[in-house]
Amino acid sequence: MDFTEPQDSRAIRDAVRALCERFPGEYWRGLEPDRYPSEFVAALTDQGWLAALIPEEHGGSGLPLATASVILEEICASGANAGACHAQMYTMGTLLRHGSEAQKRSYLPRIAAGELRLQAFAVTEPGAGSDTTQITTRAERTADGYVVNGQKIWTSRAEHSDLMVLLARTTPIEQLEKRTGGLSVFLLDMRDRGAELTISPIKTMMNHATTEVFFEDLELPAEALIGEEGEGFGYILDGMNAERILIAAECIGDCRFFLDRAVAYANERVVFGRPIGANQGVQFPLARAHMAMSAADLVRWKAAWLYDQGLPAGAEANMAKYLASEASWEAANAALDTHGGFGFAQEYDIERKFRETRLYKTAPVNNNLVQAYVGQHVLGLPRSY
Amino acid sequence: MKICVLVKEVPDAAVEKRIDPSTGRMDRSGEKNLNPYDTHAIEAAMQIKEGGAVPVEEIVAVTMGPDSAVRALHKAVSLGADRSVHLSDPAVAGSDVAATGYALAKTLQRESPDLVLLGQQSDDGECYTIGAVVAEHLGMPSLTQVIKMDVESDALRCERQAEYGYDTVQIKLPAVISVGDAINEPRYPSLKAIMGAKKKPLDAITAADAEIDASKVGGENSAAQWIAAKAPPAKAAGEIIEDEDTGETVEKIIAWLDERKLI
Ligand SMILES: Cc1cc2nc3c(=O)[nH]c(=O)nc-3n(C[C@H](O)[C@H](O)[C@H](O)COP(=O)(O)OP(=O)(O)OC[C@H]3O[C@@H](n4cnc5c(N)ncnc54)[C@H](O)[C@@H]3O)c2cc1C
Ligand SMILES: Cc1cc2nc3c(=O)[nH]c(=O)nc-3n(C[C@H](O)[C@H](O)[C@H](O)COP(=O)(O)OP(=O)(O)OC[C@H]3O[C@@H](n4cnc5c(N)ncnc54)[C@H](O)[C@@H]3O)c2cc1C
Repeated sequence: MDFTEPQDSRAIRDAVRALCERFPGEYWRGLEPDRYPSEFVAALTDQGWLAALIPEEHGGSGLPLATASVILEEICASGANAGACHAQMYTMGTLLRHGSEAQKRSYLPRIAAGELRLQAFAVTEPGAGSDTTQITTRAERTADGYVVNGQKIWTSRAEHSDLMVLLARTTPIEQLEKRTGGLSVFLLDMRDRGAELTISPIKTMMNHATTEVFFEDLELPAEALIGEEGEGFGYILDGMNAERILIAAECIGDCRFFLDRAVAYANERVVFGRPIGANQGVQFPLARAHMAMSAADLVRWKAAWLYDQGLPAGAEANMAKYLASEASWEAANAALDTHGGFGFAQEYDIERKFRETRLYKTAPVNNNLVQAYVGQHVLGLPRSY
Repeated sequence: MKICVLVKEVPDAAVEKRIDPSTGRMDRSGEKNLNPYDTHAIEAAMQIKEGGAVPVEEIVAVTMGPDSAVRALHKAVSLGADRSVHLSDPAVAGSDVAATGYALAKTLQRESPDLVLLGQQSDDGECYTIGAVVAEHLGMPSLTQVIKMDVESDALRCERQAEYGYDTVQIKLPAVISVGDAINEPRYPSLKAIMGAKKKPLDAITAADAEIDASKVGGENSAAQWIAAKAPPAKAAGEIIEDEDTGETVEKIIAWLDERKLI
């Protein structure tokens, strides 16, 4: 087994890091509580980073997921928040794997060029959280397309995106034999919409630009359908593996941020005549967080490798997301403790990243549900969901 | 105009520098990177090209170094060079400054550049001299510490940082210019440029290809020979003056300097 980092990844790390240096902690603190990092996202777009997964023939760089995940990792490791823009990569899988040639030709080059943004992904509903099969937002067939009615919640970045990947019900649940059927995926153009589309921001504990979205007789052309009608659930699951792996990479980046900061502080801060890092009460939590990160990172690379080989990656992708988000939360707590009172001061960026990384234990899938998945699908235990 | 930029692969800035006691050379085994000073030289070349005062046909990155130096060339290309030349040969390993400068000059001769740009110093050797050695062998005029450069048909108008203020110097092309790091803010590469770099031509050449006289290069044939190395003395603990009242702080600093007859 060869663990040397490929040269591309190293070059990518250096370049992303150099870009992020122009957006230091002050920048991110200045955006709190709810301003969108437009300048940062524009710089990433300009330099092609958000088009990493778009194939070269459509104007992107066609990176494998493993290499692309390094971009998000490095953004997080620098202290920035990849949550502002990660979905341009998450959503790409759905369009690439299931979109038609015409859809790809019409959207991908413009997304790659930065003329269009696709970074909203509307699945969750108020009445259907973790149980996606229960969504009720309805897309009803008309003569020349669909009419959508319903509501989504937690649709992040909808205000800062032109396009949205929407999961909606095309067959009423009572007419289904299989509960995972009857759902379809649409590529919704949100530009120039009136009262048919209402987006209202939700205030949250971190700056994440998340929203509620209301559809009222919103019309969609037939060409907005991705893949086949009724097959949407499968498409979304497929895309979720990429999303889980990318989230794992972000959490690894967060771990590195927390550990870099905490180690520097623990070596520097002298209390009782010695650096606090000499105390096992300070040192061991950091050592444990480092070990948790290292283990999670190996599963992340394995999951990414499976995904890039086109092999089933569901178990590894979920496990990577679980392990990495637990590791980053462990690192966040260790970093907060190491910094003593100063960890709570905004100036140190620890409390901000602490809030940011906490999300990944809950979204895009709750870690309880990952455990339920592993229990049932990997170990063969009875289902709880 | 054809511009050649000399670039070097050096130990990454994050790696602590150390002499390998068995060879007497710097331990270059850890992470490596493109010499950060050379990114200013590439940027300077790009600005001439994009400035449009003269048409620039080509920017060529040139290095002498082991196999791994290919990465420094890829990075140079991702920052804007059109292609690269890699002189790699066991015969040149261990060369000192004079021998390195000679070998680089021979390599450059194959390219007949109108302008040779290089960084002010390498982050490892830090001799600040390669520019002068290369210029001597090429019989070209040379300037160091250039922090502003304007092209005027067959000449350059340069500002160079001097001990007190700046010199403004006109220099005829072809010339060898080593740029100071104040000359520009290097761009960072885009993802496309990084991925495209490996597809640009890379010319790997040997000492024989460059018609290098093997008796003038390599560790054995270098005029400078390593004898011994000593770690720098540990720094004495400084004295920290807490700034409570700025007037008082200034007094204290003056008294401190005065005591040591420094003012
Ligand atoms: C900031 C933010 C951004 C988000 N962005 C998006 C987005 O862009 N697009 C999108 O579609 N969604 C998004 N989400 C939604 C997110 O994916 C959901 O919050 C998540 O999937 C959980 O759903 P829920 O909140 O309804 O929790 P629920 O499903 O109501 O679960 C509540 C709790 O019960 C537990 N639970 C439920 N069932 C079981 C079981 N069988 N076994 C064990 N425990 C169980 C859960 O683990 C959880 O702890 C976002 C959420 C947040 C907070
Ligand atoms: C006995 C001895 C053995 C040595 N063995 C080695 C060895 O094995 N490997 C090694 O790397 N060094 C070796 N060195 C050091 C080597 O001589 C210097 O690093 C080299 O001559 C360049 O000097 P510098 O790096 O200080 O360049 P400077 O003059 O500080 O650099 C100025 C600029 O010159 C250019 N430049 C410098 N070196 C190169 C290069 N190789 N290719 C392209 N452009 C360049 C760059 O643009 C740089 O910014 C040895 C030195 C001695 C005395």
